[in-house]
Amino acid sequence: MAEFTTEDALRSRWSAAARPRAVRWFSGLGVVFVLGAAALGLLATRLTGMSYAVALAVAVVLLLTGGSCLGAAVVVQYPRAVGRLLQRLGLPLFLLAVAAIIVVAWAPVLLWPDKPLIVRDVLAVVGAVGFVSLFASFAIWWERKVAGRIQSRLGPMRVGGWHGWAQSIADGLKLFQKEDILPGGGDAVLFRMAAYVTFVPALSLFIALPFSAAWVGRDLDVGLLLIVALFGLGVIGVLLGGWASNNKWSMYGAMREACQVISYEIPLGFSLLIPIMVAGTLRLTTIGELQAGGFWTWLAFRNPFTLIAALTFLIATLASCKRAPFDLPEAESELVAGYMTEYSGFRWALFMFAEYAEMFAAGALTAILFFGAWHSPLPAAWGAAWATGPLWQQALHGVVFSGPLWLIFKGIFFVYVQIWLRWTLPRIRLDQVMHACVQFMLPVTMVVLLAQTFWQLLVPAGSVLAVALNLACTVLGALVALGIASIAVYGLRYRRRLVGTLVVDHLPGS
Amino acid sequence: MLAIGLTHYLVLAAFLFCCGLYVMATKRNAVGILIGAELVLNAAGINLVAFSRYETGLADGQIAALFIIVLAAAEAAIAIAIFVNYYRLLGTIDPDAGDRLRG
Amino acid sequence: MYEAIAFYLLAAVVAGSAFGCVIATNIVRMALCLLGTLGGVALLYFLMAANFLGVVQLIVYAGGTLIVIVFGVMLTSRAAGVRLRPKRSEALAGTLICIGLLAGLVTLLVRTAWPAAQSEAQAYDVAWLGNELLSTYLVPFEMVSVLLLAVMIGAAFLAQPSGKDKEPEER
Repeated sequence: MAEFTTEDALRSRWSAAARPRAVRWFSGLGVVFVLGAAALGLLATRLTGMSYAVALAVAVVLLLTGGSCLGAAVVVQYPRAVGRLLQRLGLPLFLLAVAAIIVVAWAPVLLWPDKPLIVRDVLAVVGAVGFVSLFASFAIWWERKVAGRIQSRLGPMRVGGWHGWAQSIADGLKLFQKEDILPGGGDAVLFRMAAYVTFVPALSLFIALPFSAAWVGRDLDVGLLLIVALFGLGVIGVLLGGWASNNKWSMYGAMREACQVISYEIPLGFSLLIPIMVAGTLRLTTIGELQAGGFWTWLAFRNPFTLIAALTFLIATLASCKRAPFDLPEAESELVAGYMTEYSGFRWALFMFAEYAEMFAAGALTAILFFGAWHSPLPAAWGAAWATGPLWQQALHGVVFSGPLWLIFKGIFFVYVQIWLRWTLPRIRLDQVMHACVQFMLPVTMVVLLAQTFWQLLVPAGSVLAVALNLACTVLGALVALGIASIAVYGLRYRRRLVGTLVVDHLPGS
Repeated sequence: MLAIGLTHYLVLAAFLFCCGLYVMATKRNAVGILIGAELVLNAAGINLVAFSRYETGLADGQIAALFIIVLAAAEAAIAIAIFVNYYRLLGTIDPDAGDRLRG
Repeated sequence: MYEAIAFYLLAAVVAGSAFGCVIATNIVRMALCLLGTLGGVALLYFLMAANFLGVVQLIVYAGGTLIVIVFGVMLTSRAAGVRLRPKRSEALAGTLICIGLLAGLVTLLVRTAWPAAQSEAQAYDVAWLGNELLSTYLVPFEMVSVLLLAVMIGAAFLAQPSGKDKEPEER
C-alpha cells in the first residue's frame, strides 16, 4: 500500500463546476475584506481615542477574515502545491501560527489594560478562536494517539512525519473542502443554524475564562456563572441539529442529550456551590488567588467535602462535555454519530471544535475551582521577589510558580483524563445515567453542601480538626498523583512488553 | 436618540409584549402558547429592570425580575407536564380540542 | 455612544426574534427564535449593569426552560393535525388588537415625562443583590421556594403514568 500523505488528504474533492465558483467567491470576498480593512486602517489614522481603537480592532478582524478567505481560495485552487508546501514547511509554519496567535490575542490585553473593553473583548474572541483551533487540532491528534495506545495500536503515524503530528491539519483541510450536505426533508434553516448555536457559546465562554489573574478577557463578578450558562447553551444547538436532520439516529441523539442535560445540571450546580461558599465570590480570579499558597491550600484538599465536590464536579463535567461514559448523544456504536449523523464538512468540524473547546474549558474550570488554578504546587509567596524582578525573572516565575502555562497544563491534564476515561470505560445506558445523576450524585452533593455549610459555621479555620483533615486530604491527593505518575513511568519503562508485537518496531527509540 | 433612557427599554418591552400576546392568541399549538407566555414574561422583566436601573436605583426591580425568571421555569415545567398528559389523552396538542370536561 | 450602538443592535435582535416567533409556522423554529429573544434580553440586562440577572436569565431561561420546551415539542411532535397557522379571521383580529395595543402603549410611553434618573450607573454587584434578597426580600424569597417545592411535587405527579394506560413493565 502506498503511503498516505498530506498531499492525498488535500486531493481536491470539488466537482469541476463548483471549484471555479468557490475560488471566485473566496478570492472575491477576501479581496473585499482586505480592501475594507485597508480603508478602515487609513480611516483610523485620522481618528483619535476610542474610535481609533475600535476602528483598528475591526480592521484587524476584517484583515484576518480576508486573509482566511484568500487562503481558502489558494487551498481550493492549488491543493497539491499547498500539500507539498505543508509537507516541507509544515512544522515551522505551525509553530509560527502558534506564536502569531498568542501575540495577536494576548499582547494587547496585557499591554493595553485600560483600553476600551470592547477592543479587549474583540481581541479575546480572536484569541479564543486561535487557541481553540490550535487546541482542537492538537487534542484530536492526541486523542487518536492515546486511543491507539490504549488499544495496542499506533494511531495516526503518516501525515507530517513524526508520529503523524500533522494529521489534524490534513483532516481540517479535507473537511474544509468537503461538500456541505443538507438532509432531504429536514429543516434547512435550523440545520444550518444548529452548528453555530453550539459553536458560538463554546467559544465565547473564553472571554470570561481566566488563564491567570492578569490573562483574562473580562474579569466579571459573575464569571463562574456566565461560563456555566454558556456551557448550557450549546446543548440547544445539539437538540436543534438532531431535530432538523430528519433522521431517527439524530433524533435519538438529541432526545438523549435533553434527558442527560436535565439529569446532570443539578449535581453540577450543587458541586459548584462548594467553592463559591469557600471563596464567598463568583469571581474566578479571586477563587484562583485563594489557592496560591501551595498545593495543600488547593480547594479540593481543604476538607473531605470539597474533595467529594471536586469528584462530583469532574463527573458532571464529563457528562456536560458528552464524553464517555456519558457519550450517549453521540454513541457511535449505536446511533452512527448521534446528533451529528447528517453533518458533514465544515459544520461537522464546528461541532467537533465546540466539543474540544468545551473539554478544555471544563478541564480549566476544574483546575480553577478545585486544583490550584494557575498556581504550581509550590506556594506563590516563595517567588514573590521574582514576580516584580527583571523580565527573565518574571518569565521564570511564570514557569515555576504561577502563570497561564500552569493553567493550560492543568487543563490539558484534565482533557487527558477525559480521553483516558473515554477509551477505558464502557458507555452506560440512559436510565443508568439518570439514575446515577439524580439518585446518586444529587443526594451526595446535597449532603456535601449541607456538611460544608456546617463546617464553615462550626469549625474555625486554624483549628486542629481543620488542619488534620486538610493534611489527610492533601496526603490522599498526593498519593493519587504519585500513583498516576508511577503508572505512567512504569508504562514508559516497559512499553515494549505492554504494547502488542505489531507496533513494537514503530515505537520511538527503536 | 443616542442617549439611551428608560423610554427605549419600555418601547422595546411593549413590542415584545404585543408579540407575545399575538402568539398566545393565535397559535394552535399548546407549546406555542407557552412560548408566547415566555415572551410576555420577558417583556415584564425588561420593564422591571429598566425601572430599577433608571428610576429607583434599588434592588426591587431586579429581585422581581429574578422571581419572574424562576417562576417562568416552574411554569414551563408544569405546563410541559400537562401538555404531555394532554397529548397522551387526546392524541393532539391543539388547545381547542380539549373541550370535554370528562377525561 | 457605545451604549446606544449596543442597545440598538440588541433591540434589533430581540425584536426580530420576537417577530420571528410571531410569523414562524414551525414550532421548533419558534423555539430557536425564543432562544434569540432570551439571549438578547440577557445581554440587555448586562447592558443595564444587572450582571447577575443576565447570567441567571441565560442559565435558567435559555439553559433550562428552553430545553424543557424543546423537549416538550419533541415528545408531542407526532400529534396529528398540528396547525400552527391560525385561521384568517383570528389572525386578522389578533393583528389588529396587537397593533392597536402597541400603538397605544408606545404613544403613552413616549409622551410620559419620566422623572430624571436618580442613580446613574450604580454598580449592582452580586454581594449587594444577595444581601438584599436575604434581608429585605426574605419573605417573597421563602414563598418562591415553597412554590418551587409545590411545582416539583406537582410535576412529578403529573408525569407519572395514569392507572389506565400504564405500560407493561419492561424488564
